[in-house]
Amino acid sequence: MSIFLNETSTVIVQGMTGSEGTKHTRRMLASGTKVVGGVTPGKGGQSVDIDGHQLPVFNSVSEAIAATKANVSVVFVPPKFAKAAVIDAIDAAMPLVVVITEGIPVHDSASFYAHALAKGTTRIIGPNCPGIISPGKSNVGIIPADITGSGPIGLVSKSGTLTYQMMYELRDIGFSTAVGIGGDPVIGTTHIDCLRAFQDDPDTKAIVMIGEIGGDAEERAAAFISEYVTKPVVGYVAGFTAPEGKTMGHAGAIVSGSSGTAQGKQDALEAAGVKVGKTPSETAQLMRAILER
Amino acid sequence: MDLYEYQARDLFEKHGVPVLAAAIAHTADEAEAAAKKIGGKVVVKAQVKVGGRGKAGGVKLAEDPADARAKAGAILGMDIKGHTVRTVMIAAAAPIESEYYLAILLDRSNRTFLVMASVSGGMDIEEVAHTAPEKLAKIPVSAIEGITLAKAQEIVSAAQFPADVAEQVAQVLLKLWEVFQSEDATLVEVNPLVKTKDGKVIALDGKITLDDNAGFRHLDHEALIDHGATNALEAAAKEKDLNYVKLEGEVGIIGNGAGLVMSTLDVVAYAGEKHGGVRPANFLDIGGGASAQVMADGLSIILGDKDVKSVFVNVFGGITACDAVATGIVQALELLGNKATKPIVVRLDGNNVLEGRAILNKAAHPLIEQAETMDGAANRAAELAAK
Repeated sequence: MSIFLNETSTVIVQGMTGSEGTKHTRRMLASGTKVVGGVTPGKGGQSVDIDGHQLPVFNSVSEAIAATKANVSVVFVPPKFAKAAVIDAIDAAMPLVVVITEGIPVHDSASFYAHALAKGTTRIIGPNCPGIISPGKSNVGIIPADITGSGPIGLVSKSGTLTYQMMYELRDIGFSTAVGIGGDPVIGTTHIDCLRAFQDDPDTKAIVMIGEIGGDAEERAAAFISEYVTKPVVGYVAGFTAPEGKTMGHAGAIVSGSSGTAQGKQDALEAAGVKVGKTPSETAQLMRAILER
Repeated sequence: MDLYEYQARDLFEKHGVPVLAAAIAHTADEAEAAAKKIGGKVVVKAQVKVGGRGKAGGVKLAEDPADARAKAGAILGMDIKGHTVRTVMIAAAAPIESEYYLAILLDRSNRTFLVMASVSGGMDIEEVAHTAPEKLAKIPVSAIEGITLAKAQEIVSAAQFPADVAEQVAQVLLKLWEVFQSEDATLVEVNPLVKTKDGKVIALDGKITLDDNAGFRHLDHEALIDHGATNALEAAAKEKDLNYVKLEGEVGIIGNGAGLVMSTLDVVAYAGEKHGGVRPANFLDIGGGASAQVMADGLSIILGDKDVKSVFVNVFGGITACDAVATGIVQALELLGNKATKPIVVRLDGNNVLEGRAILNKAAHPLIEQAETMDGAANRAAELAAK
């Protein structure tokens, strides 16, 4: 088992005909993901040859679903057109939409999130995220597939490279699923959504949660852990040295006033019984100790 | 991007939010001329992007143009919490009867928008929220529906605005929503919103934060950027499209991915505790696909920072594998030649790590030292900076 994504996941790529879309479609196919087509409005009817895979292109997500029975869409559409692309997927009732695009205006992401909520049939992951991987089963997004294999750890993180780092540190143990939820202020899937899914997934034995400064998602996650999660959780929080009021790469990583500080997040997690590492390596050691117990 | 008060005022005016006549001045002469043009009593207000300027003496009432000149002369050049005042706004003075508070903002926790409204405006609203939360109405606003007249009336009634201003406040809310939505703001705040002695509702002071991601559909927002206030190194980095923030420490940092770089800063500060308290000198994220040129641009910015004593390059090879990154570092040092003078600790992990380390070993550059782990590299970089 795994969460959100497994060996039966069938994937279309919105923006497949663009350079990023093509590049990552190739990588997803190489890692065994069942990519069955793409969507680019105006290019419907064409097909694209990617390493010998003839992939049909559709004008809309609903056409793509009708023809391919896809149940996952991954979005590589540039920021300007991302809102229309995601709403197209929501209107087609696509169950899982993974938005990789970085730099989407927050009014646009708030709008498509509200649409998804109102319709109630789509889970969005991202935007501004590396995607999701259930090693050995399916890989949707830009996470390198060859870092590690399948195993008992579930991972949820706001950051892409910290996700890779943590998977690398624990590569001999392996992961059920790693979800990069994205660093934007408005995201479709939160730490809490992933914690709940990992708790309910019989193949996940322990959970790593990586957070960073800004917002109160980690504090809320800590409260959720106290209430719902019985599996061991280790945590890491980035941004102790980040100055107030400055954006550190992720639009969400901005501290204002006393809320959203790394220390506040660490305190909240520790109060919920989560062991928090001072560095990514120390966090990996904490996980190792738990699994070897 | 946070705007200055006068920029917020101008956007309010553009969208029909009622404001008072005002002009900006950079010298005492300009302040006197502006006061003459506005007529009557004026308020001279320091333009700084930091709170508490009133308490710091940055806001003064002036009786006439000569007085405005004197007051502006005193305020210009003043230091308010580390911000030097280079601009003042000269605004018409209004006889105030009541002060209110209105804000529309992004509510990250609930992933929607939120209006906050209070009839207890003027003072620090965080104080009101803390000591008398019942006086601050918080009403969620749907990103799809926005603020309609009915919604505006609901807010006015929830915040218990008096009947004589209810209609005017509702209209202000509609206009503020227009500012918020059509300018792609993440915060629009009016504090205070006032009722004057003659019963008019006016936005007396405002704060706006614009979403930098929406710049592609607001080419006019480019003109709102205050280039003079940006640190020289940050400006140089921006020119090269690098995601760089100057900090106070001694260890220059380059890494890939925002989260990993933030983490690198922490790990260096943590290691620095054992080496005389050295700290990271900057945040620099060169992104996923870092070419040799990007690495060279990044290194040259960091080596140009006179506070930097050592450099820590921390890369996790993902899509761009470690061999490509190592080649980039070697080429960057060739491009920089003898401009590169500080020790560089490199930690590579991830895809093709052995090939990457081999490339650096073969180059055998005297400034480069390799470390196997992130924690070990941070410790070494801190040690070198402390010498």
